[in-house]
Amino acid sequence: MSNRIINWFKFASPQSFYPLAGKMIPWFWALAVAFGIAGLWISFFVAPTDAQQGEGYRIIFVHVPASWMSMFIYLIMAAWAGLGLALKTRLSGMMAQALAPTGALMALLSLWTGALWGKPMWGTWWVWDARLTSELILFFLYIGFIALQAAIDDPRRADKAGAILALVGVVNIPIIYFSVKWWNTLHQGASVSLTKSPSMAQTMLWGMLIMALAFWMYSIAVALMRVRAIILERESHSDWVKELREVKS
Amino acid sequence: MKPRHKRAALIIGGLAAIGVAATLVLNALDSNIALYVTPSEVAAGKTPQGKAFRIGGMVKEGSIRRDNLTVNFVITDTAKDIPVAYTGILPDLFKEGKGAVVQGRLGPDGKFTASEVLAKHDENYMPPEAQHAVDQAQKAQQTLKQ
Repeated sequence: MSNRIINWFKFASPQSFYPLAGKMIPWFWALAVAFGIAGLWISFFVAPTDAQQGEGYRIIFVHVPASWMSMFIYLIMAAWAGLGLALKTRLSGMMAQALAPTGALMALLSLWTGALWGKPMWGTWWVWDARLTSELILFFLYIGFIALQAAIDDPRRADKAGAILALVGVVNIPIIYFSVKWWNTLHQGASVSLTKSPSMAQTMLWGMLIMALAFWMYSIAVALMRVRAIILERESHSDWVKELREVKS
Repeated sequence: MKPRHKRAALIIGGLAAIGVAATLVLNALDSNIALYVTPSEVAAGKTPQGKAFRIGGMVKEGSIRRDNLTVNFVITDTAKDIPVAYTGILPDLFKEGKGAVVQGRLGPDGKFTASEVLAKHDENYMPPEAQHAVDQAQKAQQTLKQ
């Protein structure tokens, strides 16, 4: 194990991850603010008006990054949960727990902004099509995960129960992503995907991608802040936490 | 096999089992998940009698006729046409040659009375100038064909 370049297992211990996370947080916040300002500036002032939707289309600069993040955070959360189940590393469960509220926030944002856009464009706030329904199920999965973990007092058992729920829910992610291809839905197909060139004007695309980066940085920053709080809470009985400067004072 | 390898194998096996189960369920539910049927499916008689359902397709070019508060138009998938009557407010994106989803009942005369009309947006986002250029190019191609 010692001849590896970076010993990843060292950072799997809450004690060594806690200061590392503390050092990373300001950087991610700075990047989030920088990308956020650039992204919002492009979205509001640089990107052209859409030919059909007028100014209303600008909701995509929040809606699409939030939807992407809601799905991606779930995958990361489930991966941490799975790692925790397989390797029994303490940090994994904490990471999964730290990601869930941000994921839930993103899913809610996605549903909410979608409804605001849907009313003027489609003519309805909500319709039970496959895309909208599966995204709503994703939101409920996050809420269920948070509730389940909070309901069990022993953190190790809470992590285990949450991990199983998170892993079962993974099946929903490809359903959300491919729903617009597999079934007749009111929601339009993907404008940006890995398999074809984007069907979107260049500046609009840039605005959306930079906003997506801002959402990434924000999500990492808050997840790290949350995981630090969870580490302190769960390890509060241990000596290294008692020795911390911020705990002593 | 170390215990952690065993657990990892269990997790991967479990995920695969859930994936297979979900695929089977979704396949079985296939037609029930679809939000709407196409005009061809209506013509083939695949729709419930006397019950409300949704039809999705294009609003046929030149088919919109306004009669007081009622709008008459034809919804098409280029193979089959369904005439639709609707009284109410239409969404902004409802236009001839664009996608729409209508909800309502099919009368015995084959005319569809809609209680709700939704516009279906496509995945293309472009500024008006680009849209204009695309329209021009399509027109040029059509005149070349003729």
